[in-house]
Amino acid sequence: MRFLAGSRKTVWEGHGISVLVCPRSLAVTSLLLLLVVCLGAASLGVGAMGFGPDLLLELANQPPGSMVHRVFFDIRLPRTLTAILVGAALGASGLIFQSISRNALGSPDIIGFTTGAATGAIVQIVLFSPSALGVAVAAIVGGLVTALVVYGLSVRDGSVAGYRLILVGIGIGAILSAVNGLLLVKGDLDNAVVANLWLAGSLDARNWGHVIPVGLGCLVLMPVLVLLASRLQLMEMGDDTARQLGVRVEAVRLTMVLCAVALAGLATGAAGPVAFIALAAPQLVVRLLPSGRLPVIGAAAMGALLMVVTDLLSRLFPLEVMLPIGRMTGVIGGIYLIWLLGRVRGI
Amino acid sequence: MSPLRSGQPRWQRHALVMLGGCLLLAAMMALSIGIGARSIAPGVALDAIVSFDPSINQHLLVRHLRIPRTLIAVLVGVSLGGAGVVMQALTRNPLADPGLLGVNAGAGLAIVTAIALWQVQSIGGQMASGLVGAGLAGAAVYLLGGVRQIANPVRLVLAGAALTFVLMALTQLIIINSDALVFDRFRHWAVGSLQGRGPELVVPFLVLAVLGLGMIVYLTRALDVLVLGRDLGRVLGVSSGTVWGLACVSVVLLSGAATAVAGPVSFVGLAAPHLARFVVGSGHRLLVPYTLLISALLVLAADMAGRLVIHPEEVAVGIMVALLGGPVFVALARRRRLVQL
Repeated sequence: MRFLAGSRKTVWEGHGISVLVCPRSLAVTSLLLLLVVCLGAASLGVGAMGFGPDLLLELANQPPGSMVHRVFFDIRLPRTLTAILVGAALGASGLIFQSISRNALGSPDIIGFTTGAATGAIVQIVLFSPSALGVAVAAIVGGLVTALVVYGLSVRDGSVAGYRLILVGIGIGAILSAVNGLLLVKGDLDNAVVANLWLAGSLDARNWGHVIPVGLGCLVLMPVLVLLASRLQLMEMGDDTARQLGVRVEAVRLTMVLCAVALAGLATGAAGPVAFIALAAPQLVVRLLPSGRLPVIGAAAMGALLMVVTDLLSRLFPLEVMLPIGRMTGVIGGIYLIWLLGRVRGI
Repeated sequence: MSPLRSGQPRWQRHALVMLGGCLLLAAMMALSIGIGARSIAPGVALDAIVSFDPSINQHLLVRHLRIPRTLIAVLVGVSLGGAGVVMQALTRNPLADPGLLGVNAGAGLAIVTAIALWQVQSIGGQMASGLVGAGLAGAAVYLLGGVRQIANPVRLVLAGAALTFVLMALTQLIIINSDALVFDRFRHWAVGSLQGRGPELVVPFLVLAVLGLGMIVYLTRALDVLVLGRDLGRVLGVSSGTVWGLACVSVVLLSGAATAVAGPVSFVGLAAPHLARFVVGSGHRLLVPYTLLISALLVLAADMAGRLVIHPEEVAVGIMVALLGGPVFVALARRRRLVQL
């Protein structure tokens, strides 16, 4: 272990591998993860049937299959896990897109993903049947197809320039959102209301069928993102510079886009479209960490934290109103970002 | 040959293109008067303007619906195009649209609140509340973004995006928790429409648009400098605080008025400057007039197509704009050598 001159970073070396460690980002990231765990545990106890801290004792005393067991394992745990995993997937995905597009407004939406997912879901609801599984599948398919079309249209002379990707994404996104508007306006009012409700995202009635796909996705794809993050960061200096430094630019970009879109797709399938996490989490985490490497884990932790906090607040809200998670993240994440912008002068 | 003289024919060519474009616009405006659920012959339309007879139904139609609607379509176009070009220069961000100052979202929230809480039904009432909401949201972003002291593009973009998301989410929360009828009204507003916009709107809209466009014309040269960044701007003698202030006010005026009248027609402000950039590059002295022309043509063409495509019913102009302009936009983004901001 040795310290780098002139910085607070440390290099850990051994067996031919050396890792650059920055104590502050390590501390911030662990703190975020700790907060996710604590608040997640707290959110397990909140609901019509309140659990206290003696929850574990109670669970141990009751036989499996009892009321407490069913509420805990079939309702509370899936809901909290869905919130955490969806937030983590969206946070990491947003970070990748902001790095690829070199744009603070970057999110899975710039490649048309979110709009495409909405198109898939609305088509399914308005033209076919509004069954939950069908809508989720239609949304994922819609989003993936749109992302592939946008990426395919941006390829020119075998390369995708970040700027062209943005422009093509704008065009395709606009066409699809017009189609969405058309379906909502011309469709039957009842179906349009159902579609609008799906568009708000939800964590109600999640089961293990929602948790497992997005959980597996995070488990497989996050390590890929972490491993390739340093190369993606070199590409922020421009494709030519990165190429000279030995990065296979197109391969890295395609891999990262595929991983990020897959994460966003799994998240959308699990909770519907959740606004703003993909945009806000990377921006928030970059403002808390010292500049340096692409904080994949940090962005994922921040996304998960935003989701858990939002879910907790909307469940504790005293009035009898519907507060869908996808809209609440917009309100709470937005206010947090505005507050942070007001506090930090030197962005 | 001196550079000035070699530049001469290019200016002449641009003048010719602009003239041709304006003639095309005029021809389309004339056509637009005849198109609708009931077609009106050109002779009857001319009579309605020259020798107006209130006892003839078609004359009333031309005077009270078709002409105002055509004028409003053109005004919506130039307003959104102008606001879009300023917004993209200000933020140096190709994803920036006039709605980024929170204007559209503010108008949406105000209108939904008006419908849900006070049962506002009339288009006039909706428009008034939309204008108030747009102004408040624009002012909030202006203050939050610290525009006057800092003039930092990333900060403005983030403040605008954050506030937009908050306002949109609140709008949706109100809709989800109210009667389905509120959603019914809102979904028709949210796609942007020019249906039934009457003559009483033309003059106030015209005043706001002229005011905003006047500011943009005054700012044209400063915008070129603004794109270079704040520090270079200061070196070149442009006071960034004043320019930013004026630019933000013009965006709020133009896009607020257009949104209040027609609803969010978001694609125009985003795409028209890019389309113009494909043609003339990024110098604002050419970019601004071309953007205005392209956006006016785009909105008018979309409105006319919307009246024809499922005749005698209508498709809202906001939808048609994206359906017509989107493919063109993608094709140009693929074909042309890209001119970045």
